[in-house]
Amino acid sequence: MSSNRHVVIIGNGIAGVTCARNLRKLDDKVRITLVSGESKYFFSRTALMYVYMGQMKFEHIQPYENWFWEKNRLELKEEWVKEIDYSSKQLVFQSGGNLVYDELVISVGSKPNKFGWPGQDLKGVQGLYSKQDLELMEETTQTGVSRAVITGGGLIGIEMAEMLMYKKIAVTFLVRESSFWGKILPKEESELVGRHMLEHHIDLRLESEVDEIIGDESGTVKAVRTKSGEEIACQFVGLTTGVSPNIDFLKGSELALNRGVKVNLNFQTNIPNVYSIGDCAEFDQAPGADRRVIEQIWYTGRMHGETLAYTLAGRPTAYKPGPLFNSAKFLDIEYQTYGNVPASWDSSQIDSFYWEHSGGKVAFRMLMDKSGNLVGINNFGFRLRHEFFDKALTDNWSGIKVISKLDQANFDTEFFAPYYIEIQKEFKKQFGGDFTISKPSFIQKLFGARV
Amino acid sequence: MKLIQKFGLILFLFGLGTFIIIPFLGSYSLNKELIIANTREIHQETLVEVLAPMYGQTYSSNFDFLGTFNEYFEGYNDELKAQSQWDDVIWDDYSFAFALASLESPVKDKPWLFLFLSIGLAVIGGLLYNLPKHQDEPDGIKNNGLFHSSQKNRGIVGMLTGSFLITFYIILYWFPAYLVNLVAMVSPMSELISGHPASQWFLYGLIYTLAIVVMGIRMFRKYRGNKYQQIRTASVMFFQTAFAFLIPEILVLLNQPYFDFKNIWPLDYDFFYDYQISAFLSSGGVGMFMLIWGILLIVVGVPTFTYFFGKRWYCSWVCGCGGLAETLGDPFRQLSDKSLKAWKYERYIIHGVLVLVVVMTTATIVNYFSGFSFLGNVTNQLHSFYGFAIGSTFAGVVGTGFYPFMGNRVWCRFGCPLAAYLGIVQRFKSRFRITTNGGQCISCGNCSTHCEMGIDVRAYAQKGQNIVRSSCVGCGICAAVCPRGVLKLENGSEENRINDFPILIGNDSVKLNV
Repeated sequence: MSSNRHVVIIGNGIAGVTCARNLRKLDDKVRITLVSGESKYFFSRTALMYVYMGQMKFEHIQPYENWFWEKNRLELKEEWVKEIDYSSKQLVFQSGGNLVYDELVISVGSKPNKFGWPGQDLKGVQGLYSKQDLELMEETTQTGVSRAVITGGGLIGIEMAEMLMYKKIAVTFLVRESSFWGKILPKEESELVGRHMLEHHIDLRLESEVDEIIGDESGTVKAVRTKSGEEIACQFVGLTTGVSPNIDFLKGSELALNRGVKVNLNFQTNIPNVYSIGDCAEFDQAPGADRRVIEQIWYTGRMHGETLAYTLAGRPTAYKPGPLFNSAKFLDIEYQTYGNVPASWDSSQIDSFYWEHSGGKVAFRMLMDKSGNLVGINNFGFRLRHEFFDKALTDNWSGIKVISKLDQANFDTEFFAPYYIEIQKEFKKQFGGDFTISKPSFIQKLFGARV
Repeated sequence: MKLIQKFGLILFLFGLGTFIIIPFLGSYSLNKELIIANTREIHQETLVEVLAPMYGQTYSSNFDFLGTFNEYFEGYNDELKAQSQWDDVIWDDYSFAFALASLESPVKDKPWLFLFLSIGLAVIGGLLYNLPKHQDEPDGIKNNGLFHSSQKNRGIVGMLTGSFLITFYIILYWFPAYLVNLVAMVSPMSELISGHPASQWFLYGLIYTLAIVVMGIRMFRKYRGNKYQQIRTASVMFFQTAFAFLIPEILVLLNQPYFDFKNIWPLDYDFFYDYQISAFLSSGGVGMFMLIWGILLIVVGVPTFTYFFGKRWYCSWVCGCGGLAETLGDPFRQLSDKSLKAWKYERYIIHGVLVLVVVMTTATIVNYFSGFSFLGNVTNQLHSFYGFAIGSTFAGVVGTGFYPFMGNRVWCRFGCPLAAYLGIVQRFKSRFRITTNGGQCISCGNCSTHCEMGIDVRAYAQKGQNIVRSSCVGCGICAAVCPRGVLKLENGSEENRINDFPILIGNDSVKLNV
């Protein structure tokens, strides 16, 4: 491999930046350029909400100090790419300049879905994905917004609701399903989150969909009409019905696209030396039994970047993710998941164990196959250890073994209530099993840490 | 804001206003008897003569009185200095004692009333403001609006707060004579506890303790639902009230040396000063116990507790400076500088102070046991330099006054030699670490932003590494504000305490040859 080859990465999100960082660690010589029109410096997309809420400044959500890039010889180019000339191997920028590459990585992320609702392009109607979206939202909600309507029951929706509540803007939340995030969460968990939203005075409307977004004469949103015919007056509409690969600018070239940029498990597109990772890549086959062909979470973006760096450094490596994991925070309630817990399952194949604290904010679910082996867990309102479940899932532990060692999985700070003891008791009641229930530690007894 | 909170805020501001006005009340008149009563015998004759022009005069303000006093007093000294008659110069500072004795003011006449109207109202107002906080909200930590707040993001209110604190410290340390009204105000309370009239240090201790208590209650509200924060806050409130404030005063009541059993050298930098050692040695069994207790804490307590629990056992559970930082300072924690550059300065400065205090103390002890033949009174010069530069300026004026500018742990992070000592143990021989939960970090930056010690926690967490840093005081806020359950304060095996994963958990693509 030529020592002065130039790797150009379009997009400086978590996938592109992780790829660049790891490539630099593996290859000291290669020239690396990150191209982004969104922001010169990498920032944590998942933290945009905190900037809006004044919990952090934009500089705080930039994980690396500004000198980091020069020190690691990662060149930054603040440009929007207009088109890519694959034959002459160069990028053409909207500003008119161009940049020649030897190897190209497309990691341009997603854009919010818009499903063709009438009025979806009115002023005051937007999704939340990019830095520009945040700036727009700050501008439009600065004054004169007393009610907002959010449509789409997912993670960005609930984040947006929390943001708007900070500005004391009342939020009506339209969710198509019969419970919040019901496509992903089982019924009990979904209801738990729904209750918590009501507790925060969010006007949650289940089985409710946007029919039309109505504007005033100046082209600004003034109301939303739902499919049931109700008109809700509002001055802001959040569209949070998921995201899709941000590939419009790539259309009409020899690069093979479907919903995303088509890649194999080595992230290679149909064009030699052109790769794609992160939200915008679409695999030709699912990378794991319970994985999707388009992976749109932070952690998968990071893993794509880690893996591709090895290929780019001359060690061809196929993407092979370990057990799935994810996390989120619904207002005040933290959520983690390890392995595979779908919204519903075939009870002839899967056994489910569910425990919920009487307060209704802490919960644990474990799915097991019919031979009693762990399939996946959800936990709400307390913390569990990633390393523990990665091992349990990789080594195919039985559900009983997981529960019997649950004290080791606990990741709550000292003095917190030992929920694992209650979970062990409940499991024994429902499923039996020969294991000893953990005893509270001396410290827990001393400080009265009770469930 | 609820009505009751608004009322609380008004009460607090009224109390603060009264507190600021009080030093300017009343008048001062000096006479011969007062001078004799408040002067060392060798100076009595001279001062009675030098200050004679002040007799029978009534000075309507502290500026007037102290200005005139200094004119005569310094005039006398300057003349001697000009003639190089160094032995006759009066080096003692009598301004505080004379001002207190000469004072006639409504505050001195009705101290309890004024105590209620100033500190009392401020405390009641603070409680009324803090107690109803978050009452109709579900449990959960809200840092909303921090950077939109003038007080908490170096706005004009923050600048005013900082300036007020800095001014207060400068007057307290170097011009206490201007505060005699306030000292007279708390004197009856001091008499009640220790049987002695108050000094400016009693006034300071009282305000300090009340600040920790009132703002500690704010912590209970803010971090409700977080057991670690609740217990830790209760601990600093207890140690400040009992160990730093009440017990030393009660010891004085019992004719024992004033001693704070939880203050450890080298934070307690005068522990080995000759007058301290003499006080211990001349106080029988109790004094001897204090001396041995203090030494045991240094050589056994610090390493042992830090090995098992990390330096947090002291810095964020016991220490008075830490107690103030964790309560009064909590609203300012996000202002600490997280840059690599700041960390570099931090290491030079804090270890520099540690070296300085070790050299000074060693010289003092050697000098003491050599009967002052080793360095003579050079150690005294060292003491006054250290006391001025580090003990007062760095720890007090900068340490607290800079809360609204540089965050609440400026002293603990850049200056405290005990923190440096604890930190060395924590870094190299301890079971404590902040564990990172595998690959769950989303690099959001809440942990780093809210770290009062300026540790870039995220830099470790996003790489899946545990956080092992000498400066970490284990306050646990990073773990509390993490939205994804990534951080956990833990004591555990030293094996794999410091780890490095080139590939984070969850990605099996790359097989590493480990």
